[in-house]
Amino acid sequence: MKALRIYIPGDAAAVACGAEEIATAIKTLAGSRNVTLEIVRNGSRGMHWLEPMLEVVTDKGRIAYGPVEPADVESVFEAMLADGGAHRLRVGIPEQHPFLKRQTRLTFARCGIVDPRSLGDYRAHDGYKGLARALENPASIVAEVTQSGLRGRGGAGFPTGIKWKTVAEAKADGKYIVCNADEGDSGTFADRMIMEGDPFVLIEGMTIAGIAVGAAYGYIYIRSEYPHAVAAMDVAIAAARKGGMLGKSVAGSSFAFDLEVRVGAGAYVCGEETSLLESLEGKRGEVRAKPPLPAHKGLFGKPTVINNVLSFATVPVIMDKGAAFYRDFGMGKSRGTMPIQLAGNLQYGGLFETAFGITLGELVDDIGGGCFTGRPVKAVQVGGPLGAYFPRALFDTPFDYEAFAARDGLIGHGGVVVFDDSVDMAKQARFAMEFCAVESCGKCTPCRIGSARGVETVDRIRRGENRAANVAVLEDLCNTMKFGSLCALGGFTPYPVMSSLTHFPEDFGLTPRLQAAE
Amino acid sequence: MLRAVQDTFGYIPEPAEPLLAQALNIARAEVHGVITFYHDFRREPVGRHVLKLCRAEACQACAGDALAARAEEKLGVKFGETSADGRVTLEPVYCLGLCSVSPSAMIDGRVVARLDERKLDALLAETDR
Repeated sequence: MKALRIYIPGDAAAVACGAEEIATAIKTLAGSRNVTLEIVRNGSRGMHWLEPMLEVVTDKGRIAYGPVEPADVESVFEAMLADGGAHRLRVGIPEQHPFLKRQTRLTFARCGIVDPRSLGDYRAHDGYKGLARALENPASIVAEVTQSGLRGRGGAGFPTGIKWKTVAEAKADGKYIVCNADEGDSGTFADRMIMEGDPFVLIEGMTIAGIAVGAAYGYIYIRSEYPHAVAAMDVAIAAARKGGMLGKSVAGSSFAFDLEVRVGAGAYVCGEETSLLESLEGKRGEVRAKPPLPAHKGLFGKPTVINNVLSFATVPVIMDKGAAFYRDFGMGKSRGTMPIQLAGNLQYGGLFETAFGITLGELVDDIGGGCFTGRPVKAVQVGGPLGAYFPRALFDTPFDYEAFAARDGLIGHGGVVVFDDSVDMAKQARFAMEFCAVESCGKCTPCRIGSARGVETVDRIRRGENRAANVAVLEDLCNTMKFGSLCALGGFTPYPVMSSLTHFPEDFGLTPRLQAAE
Repeated sequence: MLRAVQDTFGYIPEPAEPLLAQALNIARAEVHGVITFYHDFRREPVGRHVLKLCRAEACQACAGDALAARAEEKLGVKFGETSADGRVTLEPVYCLGLCSVSPSAMIDGRVVARLDERKLDALLAETDR
């Protein structure tokens, strides 16, 4: 008899929603009915409101069911046995679900589809095609990445190709590739999903980077809050080594490249690249003053390419399909696609990868389905704890680095957190300052002291003490932090604070008219 | 090394600092500096269970603050504290990357999402064991 093949995500979001219990229950059921069962722990497709979403392989393709609760396991199992039969929770063929159908998945092409533990499955789904092309002409890799228009997906949006070129041209007796997987922004989980759902793509991207710039060793710095991602990467790295894709001779070529995972210790600021390098070296994660750039003097003083998970994970598809293919997506100076993460108070949260240019309103209302509480959306924070809060009036802003910057916001790492009308924006402004105070590395004064004074000042405004004067102090303080801080933590904390104040003055006890008069 | 010490003792006892410094040939201040910089390293013994609740924005948007207050009240401790009987330590965490299924928590390394009062109470009950 043919084995029943079922996909149950091992992604942390699915596990947090009960995937382990479901997997155990399915195994027990199969055992009691003498059904030969094969379970694959895949990544998540990114439709998180349907997690745990189970898929069964049928002649018609994979048929999904979700969200599966323990009480549904038996009836879902019956439906699966009936070749993907009817059920209240039947989602159908995932690719035909509107949420996935509307997307353009380049970076996330395989996530949720392949077995993240299997090198063979990765190859069967176009894996390592990018590396093969890169090896045909290693000297052209940097040019290809530059022409694709790929920009750093960590948040800063710096052109990846230019960074690589700088490192490639640097003369040194050793160079490093470092992957920033310290995804600390609230509302973001794309890095985690890639590492848990398609870890080989990250390994391939880093390997291509190593060949391009002449580095033979890499580190992936993963935050300690992501134990599942650490485990998945470790398994994949071991498999890649065994399969000859890492080591002294990558894929039988003359290039050597290997890498290892390093785990963070709970410090938000270590997502900042120089602080991350300090932390990798075993020190306090204090920000370094730039210059020198990491591309010249990075890890252990050597030229270092440091990129976000998504940047590296996008390189294989660029190398495989060519720079022009990737560049043709997007708008303005934001080329290609962005894996956008829809989170917070939304009906349909999850991962939505699409070409740049989609508006915030489309994302929140059409795709996200508005608040799950059924209340109106009041504010949307884009770009993590350092991103601005946008009101509905700015929902026509297209997802594009420059368009967000023009409205005093940032797209950062692509996190979108939605709040309903019960949110108090003055409280959110206070939280932004408090978060900065807790997470500040302490090296520069505007950030270390400014954030502490910021909390006190917002408190005074909220208590109604000398409001006008304290608002002026807060604005001045934000200005100092924005221009005087060493890194983005102190430099960007003013975004959530000032956007709250500008767009939601009534929450600070100010009349909108007074605000306009200033 | 700090991880190994913490994994063995559950925290990094102060007497370990000069030993580590000597082994690494660095100043004790440097060791102390690293320990105090990172949230993960503890300088006091931890409870038998560790409950981490996410306090970041996406979880705030989904009534996470009310759940946090409930946890503090029911356990009788504030965030960052361990109950007097050494049963449980309550810690904040800033983002578990489960923001599309928030509010979320981690209990003894296990992640739990879509928290509500009922699920939180079940987690609190687990810490009784």
